[in-house]
Amino acid sequence: PTVSVNKQQLFDLLGKNYTSQEFDELCFEFGMEMDEDTTEEALKTGEEPELKLDISANRYDLLCIEGISQSLNEYLERKERPDYKLSKPTTKLIIDKSTEQIRPFATAAVLRNIKLNEKSYASFIALQDKLHANLCRNRSLVAMGTHDLDSIEGPFHYRALPPKDIKFVPLNQTQEFTGDKLIEFYKSPEQKNNIGRYVHIIEDSPVFPVIMDSKDRVCSLPPLINSEHSKISVNTRNILIDITATDKTKAEIVLNILTTMFSRYCDEPFTVEPVEIVSEHNGQSRLAPNFNDRIMDVSIKYINSCLGLDQSADEIAHCLKKMSLHAVQSKEDKDILHVDIPVTRPDILHACDIMEDAAVGYGFNNLPKGEKLSNANFIAKPLPINKVSDIFRVASSQATWVEVLPLTLCSHDENFKFLRQSDNGDLAVKLANPKTLEYQVVRTTLLPGILKTVKENRKHSLPIKVFETGDVVFKDDKLERKAYNERHWAAIYVGKNSGFEIIQGLLGKIMQTFRTEWIADYGAAASGRGYWIEEDDSVKTYFPGRGAKVMFRSKEGAEPKQIGHLGVLHPEVMMNFDVPFAASFVEVNAEVFL
Amino acid sequence: SDFQLEILKKLDELDEIKSTLATFPQHGSQDVLSALNSLKAHNKLEFSKVDTVTYDLTKEGAQILNEGSYEIKLVKLIQELGQLQIKDVMSKLGPQVGKVGQARAFKNGWIAKNASNELELSAKLQNTDLNELTDETQSILAQIKNNSHLDSIDAKILNDLKKRKLIAQGKITDFNVTKGPEFSTDLTKLETDLTSDMVSTNAYKDLKFKPYNFNSQGVQISSGALHPLNKVREEFRQIFFSMGFTEMPSNQYVETGFWNFDALYVPQQHPARDLQDTFYIKDPLTADLPDDKTYMDNIKAVHEQGRFGSIGYRYNWKPEECQKLVLRTHSTAISARMLHDLAKDPKPTRLFSIDRVFRNEAVDATHLAEFHQVEGVLADYNITLGDLIKFMEEFFERMGVTGLRFKPTYNPYTEPSMEIFSWHEGLQKWVEIGNSGMFRPEMLESMGLPKDLRVLGWGLSLERPTMIKYKVQNIRELLGHKVSLDFIETNPAARLDEDLYE
Repeated sequence: PTVSVNKQQLFDLLGKNYTSQEFDELCFEFGMEMDEDTTEEALKTGEEPELKLDISANRYDLLCIEGISQSLNEYLERKERPDYKLSKPTTKLIIDKSTEQIRPFATAAVLRNIKLNEKSYASFIALQDKLHANLCRNRSLVAMGTHDLDSIEGPFHYRALPPKDIKFVPLNQTQEFTGDKLIEFYKSPEQKNNIGRYVHIIEDSPVFPVIMDSKDRVCSLPPLINSEHSKISVNTRNILIDITATDKTKAEIVLNILTTMFSRYCDEPFTVEPVEIVSEHNGQSRLAPNFNDRIMDVSIKYINSCLGLDQSADEIAHCLKKMSLHAVQSKEDKDILHVDIPVTRPDILHACDIMEDAAVGYGFNNLPKGEKLSNANFIAKPLPINKVSDIFRVASSQATWVEVLPLTLCSHDENFKFLRQSDNGDLAVKLANPKTLEYQVVRTTLLPGILKTVKENRKHSLPIKVFETGDVVFKDDKLERKAYNERHWAAIYVGKNSGFEIIQGLLGKIMQTFRTEWIADYGAAASGRGYWIEEDDSVKTYFPGRGAKVMFRSKEGAEPKQIGHLGVLHPEVMMNFDVPFAASFVEVNAEVFL
Repeated sequence: SDFQLEILKKLDELDEIKSTLATFPQHGSQDVLSALNSLKAHNKLEFSKVDTVTYDLTKEGAQILNEGSYEIKLVKLIQELGQLQIKDVMSKLGPQVGKVGQARAFKNGWIAKNASNELELSAKLQNTDLNELTDETQSILAQIKNNSHLDSIDAKILNDLKKRKLIAQGKITDFNVTKGPEFSTDLTKLETDLTSDMVSTNAYKDLKFKPYNFNSQGVQISSGALHPLNKVREEFRQIFFSMGFTEMPSNQYVETGFWNFDALYVPQQHPARDLQDTFYIKDPLTADLPDDKTYMDNIKAVHEQGRFGSIGYRYNWKPEECQKLVLRTHSTAISARMLHDLAKDPKPTRLFSIDRVFRNEAVDATHLAEFHQVEGVLADYNITLGDLIKFMEEFFERMGVTGLRFKPTYNPYTEPSMEIFSWHEGLQKWVEIGNSGMFRPEMLESMGLPKDLRVLGWGLSLERPTMIKYKVQNIRELLGHKVSLDFIETNPAARLDEDLYE
């Protein structure tokens, strides 16, 4: 995700006015990417310059300027990691069993005695948007709401109620809606691209999730909207954050990120007032958020071995500290570091994540380069079918055909109807969610792509002679993946005349390259390896009486089998692809030469 | 020809032909020019062209030369009649002679007008013998006719005569000829080409050959061609082969959710699994689960609650998500299958593939729904991040890319993950040329691979370096049916080590 931050504000927080290049360098080593510096643009528009930073998708703590500056300051060793603390709870959130039907998890916290200004207020809103869009998967997994705690009264209730029984004035509206009317309202064209995007998450449910205060005033209807009554402003001093979710882990991450990032603006910085979550029906009553230290043990040997270094415990701890991880050597086992992971770093899942931070703290580009890995013990081999492909490709180009690379995906019509073929459903793999008609099926023949290429090159001098060696895909119910690739080779001759004999000659040239001679009398003239063609009117793609199958006998005594077909393309096929010329085509299964 | 021979003889005799016009008056200048050109081609002679302007009298001009100018005619008539009414000038002499003659006679001061509007001889002519009078027009025409001292005639007068259509301008082309380096008085026919007859009969020894025009391109030859993208692919394959990598069986476009995502530790709610990004398949609809139940159980555990030292993603993992069929979004799905196979007999291994992958993206100048991914996998015991860096430097050096920098990044299935950047001379900036990393223990240990067998992976698209290198602006003009056959036919050999920016 990309996060825009006020350039001067960030540099003030970092205590230095970086040049663009210096800051780019800092981002690079830390693992962010500076996408854009709007300084020049801002000069014209008169707005304050911004930096657009590309943040790793697992670093939710870097989605706002507060987190970015905190982490960079620790990385630059200008600041210590904050010690996030909880005060005493003053209110409760009581979770009703009914919510299990729709959105079973909820949590909450209070930012007590907070002082926001316009910039930090905007950042608070923007962070919620970023979290909603990314980690929360557009509110489907997690949704958050913020309330002026002084306008409502705990204990709060999280319930699921029939839409008709929910009645409130939603944020930025003046009129009271019931739950079902509100759904209608948000589905209107004006709201479709706004709140309307989230309606699908609950609209079909008989009950909607709702958070109410002790007087049954609606605070929010997650994941859609908060109430106008409890809305916060830049002047709000006590903010209640509610989180509802279908994924408990992510709900906790979101609450931790929101509270840790903005508790810095409370009168008692980095201190969050917890909320007592009462969830008796599933035994999950607890105090939220949970700021308990998470300790992960990691082996010093492991880190050194992965990094190719021989660092002491202290040296590694120093690198980790730059990345907000506090490590102390174990008293019992000198090889073990106890690493204290802050709640802001839910991305740390395994010792390998700590190892990476040790590497980033050290600097990827400072790492000692390994000894050259020996290539000696490895014997390289091409994939056999690719080797066969290459023989087809080289022989075809030597025979003056031009290689093309059309796409594998095509429309259903291009693969069937335009070729005068019908789909009996047992051949082609069909896509469920293509964005355009161009990508409906995975091709089962190379012909559509080749004809489309010819169409785009109609102005080219005639004859047009192109070939492709590529994969087609067929369904097969017996396989784990229910489909398999098959390598095909196909070539076309397009001109004033059909050029059937020329395509026949090319086939002969290719077969000869594969040590396969033509056998006269439809395979009767000799009994060994060879090929011949037999008239075959079953392929409707060809002009009647001008289609044939390619027969192949791999060795003396082997049963001859069809490996492809060739013929003069039916004029309807040519016109279906807007190619007003005559043409002949051949397509062969390349895998028989494996 | 005979004329050519005649020219050569004359040149031999005179040493220089100053004027072909004078020497060969019977030949037109076109004939002369073609004979000279032909002889010059054989280096027999050199020549230069001299163009001369000429004037010929028109019919009217010739008449004036014979009969005298109109002004003389008029003064003679006035002398004869004593006086002449102006209105009678035209009727006596005709309109043309009268009008011009009157104007010029006035101009010369030969005539005057009296009070009764009659023309009389002017005072200076009263006692002059008119036959003594100089007829300037006539004498200039005589001079032109005789072609003498044309230079002395005022250009104004010539122009005036041209305007009056008394003379017409022409051009005479003459040539000055001197001997050439191969001057001789005989002529030999020059051969244009060496033929098999000349070779077999030795005739070539007695023949002379026409000089060849080397400032030319030769004829277009008919030729086949391999596709530029496949030529670059072959360069990559050769780099991999030279470093001991074996090609993976990447010919499997349809993948299961399991191999494309779950096996790679991509959580089931990851955005990459969205309909927006991945092509799902509706027919066939449901895949089988892998046979290896231990592996399945490990994958479930590492996603749900963690295993192998991982705390896991902590969500409810659903086997149904694994059974969804997709068009593979990366060839790492194949790498995962190969690494799972490797777990049966773990050992240092090097594998690569270059094949198509599919993304449900909006198509634009740099994005297509399908493209080629270049992927390398290197497994070895206790290899380090430094080894990965060193190896990447070696790999990219073979495609002519040096001075790499590595940026920390995030991939669900590698940790550490490094984006590879190189300085691009043409674009004058650092460009990302690939992505790399060490596969996560959650992925490898689930397969049953030993802890100390570390696996490096890296990937890049085949199209991007090809587009940058060969300045192709639109990916659709490289891959797919919108490619121009001319582009394929005229594309030079792909040489990744060739520096195009020096």
